[in-house]
Amino acid sequence: MTLTSSSETDAAVPGREAGAPRRGPATLRLVAGKAVGAVLVLLGAATAAFFAQASLPGDRATVILNIRAGQAIARTPEELAPINAEYRLHDPLIVQYLTYLKGLVVGDLGLSYQQHRPVIAIIADQLGATIVLTLTALAFAWIIMVVWVTLTAGRGPVVNALGGFFDTTAAGLPHYWLGIILLLVFALTLGWFPVIGGTGAVGIILPALTLAIPLAGFLGQATRTEFERSLDSPFVLSARMRGMSDVGIRLRHVLRHAVLPAVTLSGWALGATISGAVVVEAVFARPGIGQVLVTAVSSQDMPVVIGIVMLVAAFYVLANLLVDIAYVLIDPRLRRAS
Amino acid sequence: MTATAAPPAARPTAPARLRRQPWDLYAALAATAVFALAALWPDLLATQGAFTMDLANTLQPPSAAHWFGTDEAGRDLYSRVIHGTAASLGIGIGAAAVSLTLAAVLGALAALGNRATSASVGWLLEVAFAFPALLLSLLLIAVLGPSILTLILAVGIGTAPGYARMVRGQILGAKDSPYVEAAIALGHSRGRILRQHILPNSLRPLVAVFALSIGQSIVWASSLSFLGLGIAPPAPEWGALLDAGRPYITVAGWLTVIPGVVIVLLALTTTTLGRHLQSFLEKGEK
Amino acid sequence: MTTIETEVARRDLASEIDGLPGFRPRLSVEGLSVGFATSEGHRPIVHDVSFDLHPGQCVAIVGESGSGKSVTARSIVGLAGRGARVEAEAITLHGRDVRTLSPRRWRDIRGREVGFILQDALVSLDPLRPVGAEIAEGLRLHGWGDRRARGKRVVELLASVGVPNPEHRARQRPDQLSGGLRQRALIASALALDPDVVIADEPTTALDVTVQAQVLELLEASKRRGASIILISHDLSVVAQLADHVLVMRNGRVVEQGAAAQLLGSPREEYTKALIAAVPSEDTRGAALSPGGRRLLADAPPAPEVLDEVVIEARDLVRRFRAPDGSATTAVGGVSFDLHRGETLGIVGESGSGKSTTGRIALALERADAGTVTLLGKPWSGVPESERRALRSRISVVSQDPLSSFDPRWNVERILLDALPRQAFPTAAARAERIRALLDQVGLAHAVLRRFPLRLSGGQRQRVAIARALAEAPDIIVLDEAVSALDVTIQAQILDLLVALQRRLGLSYLFISHDLGVIAHLCHRVLVMKDGVVVESGTPDEIFHRPQQPYTRQLIDSIPAFEPNRIQEKTA
Repeated sequence: MTLTSSSETDAAVPGREAGAPRRGPATLRLVAGKAVGAVLVLLGAATAAFFAQASLPGDRATVILNIRAGQAIARTPEELAPINAEYRLHDPLIVQYLTYLKGLVVGDLGLSYQQHRPVIAIIADQLGATIVLTLTALAFAWIIMVVWVTLTAGRGPVVNALGGFFDTTAAGLPHYWLGIILLLVFALTLGWFPVIGGTGAVGIILPALTLAIPLAGFLGQATRTEFERSLDSPFVLSARMRGMSDVGIRLRHVLRHAVLPAVTLSGWALGATISGAVVVEAVFARPGIGQVLVTAVSSQDMPVVIGIVMLVAAFYVLANLLVDIAYVLIDPRLRRAS
Repeated sequence: MTATAAPPAARPTAPARLRRQPWDLYAALAATAVFALAALWPDLLATQGAFTMDLANTLQPPSAAHWFGTDEAGRDLYSRVIHGTAASLGIGIGAAAVSLTLAAVLGALAALGNRATSASVGWLLEVAFAFPALLLSLLLIAVLGPSILTLILAVGIGTAPGYARMVRGQILGAKDSPYVEAAIALGHSRGRILRQHILPNSLRPLVAVFALSIGQSIVWASSLSFLGLGIAPPAPEWGALLDAGRPYITVAGWLTVIPGVVIVLLALTTTTLGRHLQSFLEKGEK
Repeated sequence: MTTIETEVARRDLASEIDGLPGFRPRLSVEGLSVGFATSEGHRPIVHDVSFDLHPGQCVAIVGESGSGKSVTARSIVGLAGRGARVEAEAITLHGRDVRTLSPRRWRDIRGREVGFILQDALVSLDPLRPVGAEIAEGLRLHGWGDRRARGKRVVELLASVGVPNPEHRARQRPDQLSGGLRQRALIASALALDPDVVIADEPTTALDVTVQAQVLELLEASKRRGASIILISHDLSVVAQLADHVLVMRNGRVVEQGAAAQLLGSPREEYTKALIAAVPSEDTRGAALSPGGRRLLADAPPAPEVLDEVVIEARDLVRRFRAPDGSATTAVGGVSFDLHRGETLGIVGESGSGKSTTGRIALALERADAGTVTLLGKPWSGVPESERRALRSRISVVSQDPLSSFDPRWNVERILLDALPRQAFPTAAARAERIRALLDQVGLAHAVLRRFPLRLSGGQRQRVAIARALAEAPDIIVLDEAVSALDVTIQAQILDLLVALQRRLGLSYLFISHDLGVIAHLCHRVLVMKDGVVVESGTPDEIFHRPQQPYTRQLIDSIPAFEPNRIQEKTA
């Protein structure tokens, strides 16, 4: 432990002309560093997932056979032999691990215990619907959040407290409950939307809103704080003194600063939204990886569970990489902040 | 010469912050009392047993006789919610404890360990953080099989990485703070600085986070139960009530809506308590 | 023609000219009061402020924090803030009453008729946008030209405030420009539509002295072109440079107002006198700056000789930092100095000069990449912290921001107790006695012991920090911008206290500051730093009167002259 950590505050660039164009290579190096970090995280995730699979209690071949047959009984070696061969269970663990990693690189996630099909094919069937749902939800969340915060932030203590209360409450709403309420109100009572959503444009609105409202609350909390802070900042006063209107200031100056934290959070939120999608798909009986995952978990079909978890982790890591890059675009001062 | 008698000089003049009455705190405290009562002495509040069936009155909507209505076996939903409080709160508190203990240990290792330890624990946290909490929980349930203990562990471990990151940030912030530097300049030993400044200042916010995370954990756990991967019906645990009501959404919506409302209320209560605790701790002793 | 006749004739002429429409005051404020609505009810901030602003004139409002000067300035343009209640008998701008203008009409006026310059451009210009866009925004809002014409105008404006290569600079963000350039850009944005009333609210606060000089020059130029300026400042030397008429404010009231020369040269009110007397400079060496300081210094023993004994010996210190983009910068590049017993050694320099890093190396809070520090003849830098710990009690530190250097959970008593060496004060009674003695030394009432630093004033906090620094009876105190954040009268009290403590206890000070006046007032010897190296060193007399290096000369020339007596002569 080094307590004498250095603060670099005083190191403010003597001998370097302010604004010297060093940005190109520095940004590249930054992105490259993040990419290497992302690969390392994925490797870790894959390792964790593999050992979770290997740590399933009992003889793997027996487990697989029982899952496939849907009954738990003891098996003879003759019955187990083809399974052991198929899943190469007699290889040393390290060989299995390396084979698994090799498979990941070429997109081979193994065979489902239950359906006896490649995991990648099972996922591919269902992935599209989930991704569309997730991205729609993210877009909805941003729209709701930006409009809500821009309208209510910095309007005096009462309005702002009210706005903040809605943020907090929305952020804490469980997906399943919100989904059911929306379903009951808009589909069953008012009949505006189909009860069992198809994959069409209308069917996606309620599920996407179910995901988007808590997310909007979550992002709104961070944005509201920053919005208020920016509204009080000297550069906003400067703009007012130039004769700028309140609306102009909110949209042209403050909003850009205020969304920075939400951009950072969006990468994380994307991952959380996919797991929310699992629940929402169950509520609205929508096709998607959620249904596959829930079935796989309850039947302990590990290759499918792990395949989906790995995929989401990869999605998360990629999203965060993109967020880091987006951040550089919105806030060019990044190199100072990092 | 006496002390400068000037009042705190740069007091923010504009815009005047209205100091509100903490009515939300009072509401949260009252709700806490009710939840505690329901968890400890459910018979005081419940009108029936958790499993008392009445096949003549199935799927009744809320009424004076059955405040929350009845389920498909004619069981009184209100009484079932009351009887389920202990299990749900227990899961929430247990998961929050698992989560924050793990978070404190991992966060402290990542922030205070030597170079190799902090790098590897930091990497571990990044990896764990790459799995969304619900998926991490699902993975654990897949390996361990569903049970109440699994549920506590799954939710606890699932939410731990986020808190661990927070702890690491807190400790690093305290470590780099001017008051720690001032203590170094006074010649205090590392152990003394760690004990006197770094740990108290960085772990103190966890008290508030603990309150917050109880509500969150109950929401997570009920999500898992809702998916049929938590506690199985007919146990009166709140998530299980949701799961049990699912088939009847179209005919008896209250069976899912009302337990959901109770869960949301509890989450709001702990969030409010946590926030007030947090701002109280931040403002410090006056 | 006698002098008297001329006077009379001049007065007649003057009143006649005043009557002409073009010479009526551009802005007239009468009986302005501002208060804010709070939960405890209406909270008055400004009481009954009146003044006139004539063409080509500069009215300065001077005061310390909390005096209401900024609120006054903002109320004039209708931006007092949320919850503000502004009352006035009249606020007349360009001949029309502006008290009841609609927000729309106000927006028309701001930027076109009144320009507003705030402090540091790093925060007063949108940090995410190029400065050109900020300047063009004012033009766009008032419907000036089309996009292309505005682009051209921006370049012209930047050129007119002396920004070289304006086409290129217009596309850069404030953080990419040097301090001087971005401040010029800020002024260009305020002057874009050529308003004839300019309000400058602390326009030089937090700026390096050379940049401050550039800003004042620009303001002076715009005044020469006929603009009327309202200058808000806490800094009398800045005010003296520019103002024709001065209002001194305290706790929301105007204490005294009058022509600049008369008010600064022969102030009538005690507060104004104290404010003027509190400005440290070379002329105030050895004298007290604050009213209370006079007694304090009289009670203290006479200044002891500076001894030959070297307490800190620093040789060829080098410190490099790696910037986030991977490039290395040299914060300190070969600094050597000796600090003697009983001496105050000043290190002065602008931001980024490496002075604070040098101080941190002297404290061994920062390691040196090369070079050595010897403390009281024993090795200090480059040895493990455990070896240093025994010597730590010989040297202590007071920093600019005392609040963050206190553990937020602790009250004053706990903070001071923690600083006492355990062996020297083994019993609770001994410790309590020592703490009371420390409070007496720094002039704090014993009642503060129970209080938390957050609830203390800036001056009280700095006194607590000094008490903590004295707790182990050190030989040396490193003061890193220790008075920079304080109001001038509080700064004066702390400086007096430091002098008295040095005389009583024989302390050596390593005094780091950007403020040349404070350095000149306090130090026996001065090091001038720039870009990590010592450019020049010597006694204050040598540095301030016979600077050898061009940089030192530039620095000294940048100090706004504040010699009240001279101002008086000028106008007499």
